[in-house]
Amino acid sequence: MKIVSKWIIMLVLLTFVAGMVVGCGGSQTQTPAPAQSEGETASSEPIKIGVNYELSGAVATYGSHTANAIQLAVDEINAAGGVLGGRQLQAIVLDNKSENAEALSVATRLIADEQVVAHLGPATTGNTLAVVPVAMEYKVPVLTTSATSPDVTVDPQTGQTREYIFRTCFIDPPQAIVGADFMYNVLGLRNVAIYYDNGNDYSKGLYRVFKEEFTKLGGTVVAEEGYVDADQEFRPTLTKFRDSGAEGVYVPGYYQKVALIISQAKEIGLDVPFVGADGWDSPDLVEIAGADNLNNTFFTNNYYSQDDSPKVQDFVKAYTDRFGSAPDSFAALGYDDAYLLADAIERAGAADPEAIKNALAATKDFEAVTGTMSFDEQHNPVKEIAIIEMVDGQQVLKTKIAPK
Amino acid sequence: MKAMRLRNNLIIAVCLAVLYFGIAYAMKQRMLSSFHQVNLYLMGINIIMAVSLNLIVGFTGQLALGHAGFMAIGAYVSAVMTLKLGQPFLLAVLVGSLATGVVGVLIGLPPLRLRGDYLAIATLGFGEIIRGLLININYVGGAAGMNGIPKLTTWTWLFIFTVATVLLIKNFINSSHGRACIAIRENEIAADAMGINTTFYKVLAFSIGAFFAGLAGALYAHYFFLIQPQTFTILKSFDALVMVVFGGLGSLTGSIIAAVAITVVNAALQSLGALRMVIYALLLVVVMVFRPQGLMGTKEFTLRTLLRQKGGSGLHDYRKQVD
Amino acid sequence: MDLFFAQLINGISLGSIYALIALGYTMVYGIIQLINFAHGEILMVGAFVGFFAIAKYDMNFFAAMLLAMLASALLGVIIERVAYKPLRNSGRLAALITAIGVSLFLQNGGLFVFGTNFQSFPQAFPKKTFQFLDGMITITSYQILILVVTILMMLFLNYIVSYTKTGKAMRAVSYDKDAALMMGINVDTIISATFAIGSAFAAVAGVLLGLYYQTVHPLMGFMPGLKAFVAAVLGGIGIIPGAMAGGFLLGIVEALVSGYWSTNYRDVVVFLILIVFLIVKPSGLFGKDTGEKV
Repeated sequence: MKIVSKWIIMLVLLTFVAGMVVGCGGSQTQTPAPAQSEGETASSEPIKIGVNYELSGAVATYGSHTANAIQLAVDEINAAGGVLGGRQLQAIVLDNKSENAEALSVATRLIADEQVVAHLGPATTGNTLAVVPVAMEYKVPVLTTSATSPDVTVDPQTGQTREYIFRTCFIDPPQAIVGADFMYNVLGLRNVAIYYDNGNDYSKGLYRVFKEEFTKLGGTVVAEEGYVDADQEFRPTLTKFRDSGAEGVYVPGYYQKVALIISQAKEIGLDVPFVGADGWDSPDLVEIAGADNLNNTFFTNNYYSQDDSPKVQDFVKAYTDRFGSAPDSFAALGYDDAYLLADAIERAGAADPEAIKNALAATKDFEAVTGTMSFDEQHNPVKEIAIIEMVDGQQVLKTKIAPK
Repeated sequence: MKAMRLRNNLIIAVCLAVLYFGIAYAMKQRMLSSFHQVNLYLMGINIIMAVSLNLIVGFTGQLALGHAGFMAIGAYVSAVMTLKLGQPFLLAVLVGSLATGVVGVLIGLPPLRLRGDYLAIATLGFGEIIRGLLININYVGGAAGMNGIPKLTTWTWLFIFTVATVLLIKNFINSSHGRACIAIRENEIAADAMGINTTFYKVLAFSIGAFFAGLAGALYAHYFFLIQPQTFTILKSFDALVMVVFGGLGSLTGSIIAAVAITVVNAALQSLGALRMVIYALLLVVVMVFRPQGLMGTKEFTLRTLLRQKGGSGLHDYRKQVD
Repeated sequence: MDLFFAQLINGISLGSIYALIALGYTMVYGIIQLINFAHGEILMVGAFVGFFAIAKYDMNFFAAMLLAMLASALLGVIIERVAYKPLRNSGRLAALITAIGVSLFLQNGGLFVFGTNFQSFPQAFPKKTFQFLDGMITITSYQILILVVTILMMLFLNYIVSYTKTGKAMRAVSYDKDAALMMGINVDTIISATFAIGSAFAAVAGVLLGLYYQTVHPLMGFMPGLKAFVAAVLGGIGIIPGAMAGGFLLGIVEALVSGYWSTNYRDVVVFLILIVFLIVKPSGLFGKDTGEKV
C-alpha cells in the first residue's frame, strides 16, 4: 500500500511539472504572430514589454523593488488610457535568479520568443552585460535602471556606443567626482579612508574614480579596505580606520551595509563625516542605523525624495500605499524607466523596436521622478546630482550640482 | 555477443548522428527558438558538470563540494587564452581543462587522505578560496569579472565535447582503473587490502572530474561571454551535486537525464517570480524523500534494456559486479 | 595594543555566535552523521520570530528569545520528521541533498513571506559602552550580553548532555545506534530531541545576530551557517566542546585577519587555515584520530 501511495504522489508531481513545462512550451511555439503587422487589428492589442529582474537569489532585494515600481508605473499608464491612443502596456515579468546565464536566458525568451518591443532591466551590471548581445542581435532596445558600469552602454573594445542599450542611472565617474570634490572642498577634509564592497563592481568603480579624483585634488587616502557581501562585522576594519587618523570615510555601498557600517563606527568612536552615493538611498538606512548615528553623513543621489514637486510626492505616496514601504532609489529608477519607455513609444508613434530605440536616443528634457534628463551620446542620462545630508533621520537637500 | 555489441554501438552512433544533424537542421531553419537554444547549451554544460562530478562522488565515493571552483578555473583560464592572449578556441579549451586537471591533482593530493565529510568540507573551502582569489585578481577583472569573451562555443563543439565527456568517463569506469575506483567506493579498506593504491585512484578520479569540470567552464565562458566570480559560488556546486544525486549516484545515464530534466524545470519556472525557487526546492525535497536512490539508482539505461536483449538482466549493476 | 584588544573583543563576540550555531551542527552530525545545511535557515526563522515578537508585539527581549527558541525547536523537529527521517536508511547523500533542498526552500520561502527588505531589528536591550584600562579596552553591553548568553547556554547544554536522561541517551545513540535501541532507548525520540535542542540554540544565535547587527533578512543564515560548519569541523565534528572552541577560534582569526591584514583576503585565509588544519590533524582540535576498522 505504501508503495502505491508513493507512486501516486510521484505521478501527481510529475504531471504538475510536465504541465508547467508544456505550458511554457506552448506559449513559445505560438510565436509566428509578428510584431510588424501594424494593421487595424493590432491597434487594440496590448504592447508587450519585457521585464527581466532579480526576483530570487542574492540580489532579490534590488530586483524586486525595481520590478514592483515598474508594475506600478505600467498600471498607472494603463489606467490613464495606455499609449498610442488607447493601447495597453503588458509587462511580462520573469525572474533571472540573480545569475548571468539566467539573465541571458530570460532576455532571449522575452526578446526572441515573446517578441517584446522593449526590454527593461536587469538591476546589476553583470546581469545587464549578459543581456546586451541578445538585444544587439535582435535589435530591441534595453533600458536598464541600475547598471552603472560605463561598459554597459559603450563597448570597451571599440569605444562605440551600443545602439540599443540605455540607462537611467548615473554611471560611476560623475558621482565619485562630485563626492570627492564635496569632501575636499566643502567639508574641507584632507585625509580620508575608503570602505568599499569588494564583491560589487558598482562599489569598486566608485572607489577607483573617487581615489583618483581625491588624490588629484591634493588629499590623501590614508586607509582603504573592502568588505564582502555576507559581512556584518565591520568593527575590525573601522577600528583600523579610527587609528589611521582618517577625518572622513567614503563608503560607496548599498544601504543595508552602509547602515551597519555607520552605526558600528559610532560604537567604536569613529565620529567623522561619512559620504556615499545613490546606493544609500532607502528608508531602511534610517531604520537600521538610527537617526542619531546618521547625523553628519552625506550622499550623492539621483533625486531628493522630500522634493515638493508633485511628481515626486505622488510617486512616493503611490508606492508606499501599494507596497507598504517607502521607495528606495531602485524603485524610483524603475518607475522612471517605465514612464520613459511609455513616452518613447508615444514619440515613436508605433510599437516598433527600431522606432522606440530612435525615440529613446532622442530623449530630451524628460521630466522624471529622478530629475529632468536627456540622453548624451553614450546613452547615459544627463541630469543634476543632488547631495543629500541626513539630519535627524530626515533627508535634507544640501546642494544640487549640474554635471560638467 | 560481439556482433550484438557492434550492432548496439552502431545504433547508438546513428541515434547520436540523428540528434546532432536534427538539431543543427532545426537551428538552421529557425525551427528551434533562441530561448530553446540557450537551454540546449545549458543542458550540454550541465551534463558535463554532472557526469564529471558523478565520477568523483558516485563512482569513487568521495563527497566533493567544490565543483564550481573547478568550473571557474576552466572558465577563467580559457577566457584569458582567447580574450587576452588571442589564442584559438580549441587550444584555449584544452589549456583551460588541463590547467583545471593539474589544479585538481595539486588540491586533491593532500585532502584526499581525508575521509568522508572532512574531504567535503576541504573541497568546499577550496571552492571558496578560488572565488576569493578571483575577486582580488585585477588582471581577470576582480569582482566585475571578464566581459566580451568571444562567443565560440557552437552547437558542433558543444555536441562533440559533451559526447566525448560521457564516452571517455564511461570507458574509464569500465576499465580496470574505473573498477578500482568503484572498489574504493564500496569499501576503501578492503580495496586497500586487495592491493589497490587508493590514494592514487582517488586523486586520479578527482583530477579527471576536475578536468571535465574545467571543460564545462570553458564552454560556459565562450557561450555566455561573461564570467564573474559570483557565478561560481557554492550554490553552483550544489546544483551539480543535486543533478548527480537526483539522477542516481553511480549512474551516468541518470546524471544525463537529471541534467536535462533540471535544466528544463528551471527554465519552466522562470515566470513564477519569487515563488520560483520555493517550488524548485520543494520539488527537490519531495523527489528525494520518495526516491532517495535517485531516478536511476546505480543502474544504467542501456540499449540492452530497451531492446530486452539476452545476456544477464541487461542492467549494469556495478554493485553486484564488485561484490 | 588598542587594536589588538579591540579585534580580540570583536572576534570573541563573533566567535560566540559561531559557537552557538556550531553546537547545533555538531550535535545533529554526532547523532545522525548528517551535514544539516538547513541549520542556518533555522537560525533565520528564529531571528524572524524574535523580530516579530519584539517589533510587533512589544515583547520583552528575553521572552522573545524564549519564543524564538520554541518556534525553531518545533521547526527543527518538523524538518527532521518530514524531510530527514524517511531517508535515514537510504544513504547519507540523499539526506544531504534534502538538507540543501530544505535550506533553499526556507531561504526563498522567507524571501516570499517576509519580503526582500532588510528589516530593522529593534534595539530591545540597553546599549552602553564600557571602557577599561584607560580606554585601551572598549566593550559594549551587546558584546557582554552575547558572551554571557553564550556561556550560560553552554553550561545549560553541558548539564543536559551530562546529567539528564535525555542527554545520556543522546550520547548513547551517537555512540552506537543499534546498541542504544537494544537498551530500550527510543532512538526516534532522541533524534528529535537533538534537533529540538540544536535548533533552539540556532534561534538564540539568530536573535543575538539580529540584535548585534540590527537587521534580519531571509538570507542572513546562510553564511554564518557555513562558517559555523567550518568551526564545527575545526573543533572536531560531533564533539560538543570542539564546536565551542572551533567557534571562538574562527571568530578571533577572522577579526585578526581583518584587523591586521585585509578583509578582502579574510575568507581565503580562513579556508586555507581550515584545509591546512585538516591535513595536519584531520579529526579537528578535540577529535581523536581513530583508524577505521574493517
